[in-house]
Amino acid sequence: MFQETQQNIKHKKTERLFRILFLMMVLLLITPVLMILGTLIVKGGPAISLEFLFTNPTNGMTEGGLFPALLGTIWLVVVALLASVPLGIAAALYLSEYAPDNWLTRAINLAIVNLAGVPSIVHALFGVGAFVIFFDFGTSILAASLTLAVMTLPVVIVATRESLQAVPQAFREACWNMGATRWQTIRRVVLPNAISGILTGIILEVSRTAGETAPIMFTGAAFYLPFLPESVFDQTMALALHLFVVATQVPNVPPSMPYGVALVLISIVLLFNAMSITFRMYLRGQKKW
Amino acid sequence: MVNPSQDAPAQAKNKKVLIENLEIKYGDTVALTDVNLDIEANEIYGIIGPANSGKTSFLNCINRMDDMRPNMSTTGRVWFNGIDVTNWRNLYSLRRQIGVVFPLPVGLPLTVYNNVALAPQLSGINKKADLDEIVERCLRRAALWDEVKDRLDSLGSLLSGGQQQRLTIARALSQEPDLLMLDEFSIAVDPVTTMRIEDVLKELKKEMTIILVTNLVQQAQRLADRTAFFLNGRMVEMGKTEDLFAGKVQHQETLDYIEGRFG
Repeated sequence: MFQETQQNIKHKKTERLFRILFLMMVLLLITPVLMILGTLIVKGGPAISLEFLFTNPTNGMTEGGLFPALLGTIWLVVVALLASVPLGIAAALYLSEYAPDNWLTRAINLAIVNLAGVPSIVHALFGVGAFVIFFDFGTSILAASLTLAVMTLPVVIVATRESLQAVPQAFREACWNMGATRWQTIRRVVLPNAISGILTGIILEVSRTAGETAPIMFTGAAFYLPFLPESVFDQTMALALHLFVVATQVPNVPPSMPYGVALVLISIVLLFNAMSITFRMYLRGQKKW
Repeated sequence: MVNPSQDAPAQAKNKKVLIENLEIKYGDTVALTDVNLDIEANEIYGIIGPANSGKTSFLNCINRMDDMRPNMSTTGRVWFNGIDVTNWRNLYSLRRQIGVVFPLPVGLPLTVYNNVALAPQLSGINKKADLDEIVERCLRRAALWDEVKDRLDSLGSLLSGGQQQRLTIARALSQEPDLLMLDEFSIAVDPVTTMRIEDVLKELKKEMTIILVTNLVQQAQRLADRTAFFLNGRMVEMGKTEDLFAGKVQHQETLDYIEGRFG
């Protein structure tokens, strides 16, 4: 038989060391997530009931439910997605499939990445100036959603661009050689194979959109509203802001309430994510190369 | 749709392809220069030469794929069916008349059926019955029908390498091309499949013109009517294949390459 050399033994040891090291990192990363979820479920769980989900807050927001905020967050996320997803995908298609590789394209790409690093409070102030005042949407769902859309556009653009570029160039070449136009190539071959990566970007976007507080505080979300929004020009309550309010601004709130709100907020994000992950898995089962 | 070039030389009219003083550059680097040749209708025109001698770039010029590559520039004239390719107003119709098969098989991530039906669909054929007929005919001619007829709905990109390469030939045929350009098609294909494809090509020659770029000297000898030898970015010489292989060459390099005494 082969005798293990000193070298072999050393390699094995290093291998085991790194394996454990990386595993520890993963556990370290999961711990806070589990702790947050655990705390929320233990402390917020008792607050959750059908009444909590589907009634208005009452008695100075110390009792009752969070239905207007729940509905408001769904409004904000959906309108923000409607604005940013088509725009972001179109921009990414141009940058990845049409734009010549010159200094201007590179500058635009750099600008998009930088836009992702702009603090959300800056986006909020931009939203006030641009959508609330200049376009005169007032403080409304529309203004708040567009602010959120601008903030999350870089996420969509970058994710879409990356997944477009992951589609092998040979597929495009084959189509072009057949006499397909760029658009025919994109529609028939490139997009169907990039869609799962694009969805990943949208998942990230949903999470950020639902969770952000600063951008909607000044542009469309209200402290408390006795009525539900009926159009995009109404103001609305939103879960993230509602959480901030019941946790810090209102006296005599039962301690389980903020945890309950947070639990609902996280569940909504997880629900959106689960939907797109399911859809993505379905698509992935269909497309392979 | 097409502007016949005013100054097309008389000989361009009865050739399938005529090339004059072609030069191809990538940026400032010359990839291929001083190419003059003509390709007759219904012949198999072989192009041999080592890697990096400009063979693929040459093919790109004929169907104007140089347009898709920003740093590639060409000078000289290329006539296809008597018309200067730079004068084709609809590039896409030019490309549809020219089928291309690549070195590595590119099965598009579509079903086998859609791989072959794509080109007809792009040119506006949408009736199911017509498409069915085209798909079956092209797959039969590419000697693939019997192997895939029961799984037309599975992904083309999951077929074996040799099957994918025949699929790409079927796809090229679905364009009903006037000219078929094969770029080292046998590089990723086993010898048996290669022989089968070669038989297919001999049949196809009756209906179309074929440019066969190959790194297998014997393949050119088996198939090509005439052969050109490219080396280091220029065309060394061209002639009847039988003459070249009989040693009637003008340049010693050609003989060395053909007989495998190179470098």
